[in-house]
Amino acid sequence: MGLLTPSGGLLFWMTIAFAVVFFILAKFAFPAILGSVRKRETYIDTQLDAAKAAEVRIAGLEEEGKKIIADAEREKVTILKEAAASRDKIVGDARETASQEAARIISEAKKQANEEKDAILASARGEVAMIAMQMATKVLRGQLDDDQAQKALQEILADEVKS
Amino acid sequence: MTKRFFITVLAAIVSLAVPQRLSASGGEGEEFSPKEMVMEHLADSYIWEIITIKGREIAIPLPVIVRSSTGWHVFMSDKICHGGTYKGLYLATEGKYKNKVVEDVGGVQKRPLDISLTKTACGLIFSLLVVLILFLVTARAYKKREEVDYCPKGLAGLMEWLIDSILNNVIKPCVGENYLKFAPYLLTAFFFIFVSNLLGLIPFFPGGANVTGNISITLFMALATMLAVNLFGTKHYYKEIFWPDVPVFLKAIPLMPIIEMIGIITKPFALMMRLFANIFAGHSIILSICSIIFVTAHMGFALNGSMTAVSVFFMIFMNFLELLVAFIQAYVFTMLSAVFIGLAQEKH
Repeated sequence: MGLLTPSGGLLFWMTIAFAVVFFILAKFAFPAILGSVRKRETYIDTQLDAAKAAEVRIAGLEEEGKKIIADAEREKVTILKEAAASRDKIVGDARETASQEAARIISEAKKQANEEKDAILASARGEVAMIAMQMATKVLRGQLDDDQAQKALQEILADEVKS
Repeated sequence: MTKRFFITVLAAIVSLAVPQRLSASGGEGEEFSPKEMVMEHLADSYIWEIITIKGREIAIPLPVIVRSSTGWHVFMSDKICHGGTYKGLYLATEGKYKNKVVEDVGGVQKRPLDISLTKTACGLIFSLLVVLILFLVTARAYKKREEVDYCPKGLAGLMEWLIDSILNNVIKPCVGENYLKFAPYLLTAFFFIFVSNLLGLIPFFPGGANVTGNISITLFMALATMLAVNLFGTKHYYKEIFWPDVPVFLKAIPLMPIIEMIGIITKPFALMMRLFANIFAGHSIILSICSIIFVTAHMGFALNGSMTAVSVFFMIFMNFLELLVAFIQAYVFTMLSAVFIGLAQEKH
């Protein structure tokens, strides 16, 4: 039974020693230890949050970069397309103006040629008329040498006037 | 490799047993009593024995502080240890006060007021000093550092790991929201019990004192928990005790209040007995297994040798088990204390 009987002396020393150690630890050790552990905990947490935010931001930047590249690519394609179109247009325009010019030149040439032809024809006609007149004069002079012929002609002419 | 190592160890154990056998059988010839040996080792004493060589005991005398009928006396225990008497005080050899300081007052053996620094008292002071140094060194390591730095290394790192695991896995979930108020007490209790348990497993000075296996120590720890529970209990906690939500007739004859009041006592009582019994039993088993060697000492070499091997094997096994128990009991004590405190902190 001696083992189960608490001893007053031991209780006395235990109380004193434990109380002293407890108060020293509670005053000097635990605030420092628990405080800095907690401080570091919050520090680690904030750092982790910051790292996560940075990660998100980097991901965003990457996305943005990709978007910029894609935009540039698209722009390139459109620019190339536009360039091709304008080239085609320029070539087409040039071709058209050239053909128009050619047509104009040709038509002008034709006109000129026609005018010249007409002029040549007119002068030729005048000349032919002159020659015919002269020839007719010569023929008439020969035919109208006798009176009979002159009379007949007079009649014909009178008929033509009557009718 | 492992097999050869094992055989070497066994051979060494057997060869170690031989001189013990010789000394045991060639000793003073007195019968070896395992029960006495075990009880003597587990009980408190006024000296701290270190070793006995050839019948000569080498021990540290400890101060005896008593208030007898003739006033206060402070002296070293070697004055009364071997049957001596100092100012009427002597060690009782039998009876109720066996191995305690007593005095004769009018022919009756009386126990004076005794606050001697016994082996257990010195052991508990040593354990508390170890705890104190561990924590102060850790705290100093923190104070020296920058505001926020990387994890501490060395002792502070180890202590932080232990403190953190007890704080976050035991105290925080068990106590509840204002756990930081009770953390110093619970952590001190945990480390005191843990360190005492571990020191108790070391067979040499300054270990080997049966601190947590002494009912006075566990009584104090249980009382401390009881105070922490009841002094800081909330209104709700006390209402639950004196006027719980049960039919009125259970309160009119104060049946429930009485049961609840008993509960206040039984909780710390269970804490006290659990810790005491676990550590006491562990020490007893190790010492009993050890005494197999000495019991079989005069039964011949073959038997003694083989029993020594068996005994040492089981002692190694028990020491590992006790290592586990040392932590588990400290953990359980802290956890249950935290749970009781947490129950008294509940608000509705």
